[in-house]
Amino acid sequence: MASILPLELVHVRLAIGDTLIADDFTLTLAAGAPTIVVGANGAGKSTLLRLCHGLAAPSAGTIAWARDPKGHQAMVFQRPSMLRRSALANVAYGLKLRGVPRGVRTEIARDRLRRVGLEAIAERPARVLSGGEQARVALARAWALDPQILFLDEPTANLDPAATRALEDILGDMAEEGTKIVMTTHNLGQARRLGADIVFLHRGRVIEHAPVERFFKSPGTPEAAAYLAGELPW
Amino acid sequence: MAIFGDAFATALALLIGGDPQLFGIVSLSLQVSLAATLIAATIGLPIGAALALARFPGRQPIVVILNALMGLPPVVVGLVVYLLLSRAGPLGSLGLLFTPGAMIVAQTVLIAPILAALARQTLEDAWAEHCDQLRSLGATLLQSAATLLWDTRYALVTVVLAGFGRAAAEVGAVIIVGGNIAGVTRTMTTAIALETSKGDLGLALALGIVLLAVVLAVNAAASGLKNLSVRRYG
Repeated sequence: MASILPLELVHVRLAIGDTLIADDFTLTLAAGAPTIVVGANGAGKSTLLRLCHGLAAPSAGTIAWARDPKGHQAMVFQRPSMLRRSALANVAYGLKLRGVPRGVRTEIARDRLRRVGLEAIAERPARVLSGGEQARVALARAWALDPQILFLDEPTANLDPAATRALEDILGDMAEEGTKIVMTTHNLGQARRLGADIVFLHRGRVIEHAPVERFFKSPGTPEAAAYLAGELPW
Repeated sequence: MAIFGDAFATALALLIGGDPQLFGIVSLSLQVSLAATLIAATIGLPIGAALALARFPGRQPIVVILNALMGLPPVVVGLVVYLLLSRAGPLGSLGLLFTPGAMIVAQTVLIAPILAALARQTLEDAWAEHCDQLRSLGATLLQSAATLLWDTRYALVTVVLAGFGRAAAEVGAVIIVGGNIAGVTRTMTTAIALETSKGDLGLALALGIVLLAVVLAVNAAASGLKNLSVRRYG
């Protein structure tokens, strides 16, 4: 399948009313290992993902894919929203929207649930699952679409260390199978573990995009240095 | 206050005795109100969904008008439907006036706005929760509306019950368009109004108790179903 990547953002701005949400996002996301987006609260991390994913339209600037990304991208939100149906039906739902026949989509959904370790609870109603389980169902739901690029907005923000680790392992598997992972996080340990390159946002701008080692060893901007100094590096 | 005790005894006797006339009245009341509820739900719920999900100019005024229509006086609805269905009216050729059909039309007009307005609120809340996720999965607005109607089904049961309660309890509309003809268009409420005006307060009260019992039974069945499902699907 032809790749929809690279994704290029050039001087992307987003203003809602008088409020400037994104000032200047200029960035190229290429296929390959995971890209981690970091920055303080309000720096525009979620906005960047929403713009890339197409949930928000830029006020100015261009967002260009190598080819039409329709149907080839997926996103996992910070708070997974589950429909009132079984975990399996939630995972299969995206395929149902695309007209995949029932037998095929159930098979795919069951496979993805197995790979996130939730095969045993496939028939349980999704909304009564624990937070960690819902996060994995959300990941399975995105995975079921076999996206070329997967955006994740702080997927482990509300999870305990074990659930976080489980999610990271799954993401590692997906990345190895060729899915481009683009994830925001406040957890710098996680950024190091998963990321190949780091995008640093500051006040609605992309001010640094560097390989993970270089970003943590010698950040190229004083803002990034201050951010790293202020965060606990666990 | 002996009248209440007597009324209960009469009500019990009527129910246990299986009075065919009473049975006819109860059955007509249920048929008319259930039919009106069904039709109103078929019209009102999609309208509520459209107002909840779609954004178009003039939406806000429509929502305000719809909310106001929840307080529509039954006699006014009865009068308007009477004028439309009377021999000289635009729909006179249908020959519906003074038939159960006319009563169904009147009650439908009365409760469709209630169902639409309450469904709009329920679905708007659900849309706020699921909007990003559904858009991310590629759901069209129509697919989203169908999904959310199904997802909020338990809340919508309560909405539909509110409409049924309103239909079953009103007298103003059915008495004008139905005419309270014994054996043809006499419902619980019109019978109560008639017995009251005849001075047979005991029988009127007994009929009132029967009406309450019927409405209670319908509500108990629906809420039992709802609780069962909520426990199952969260």
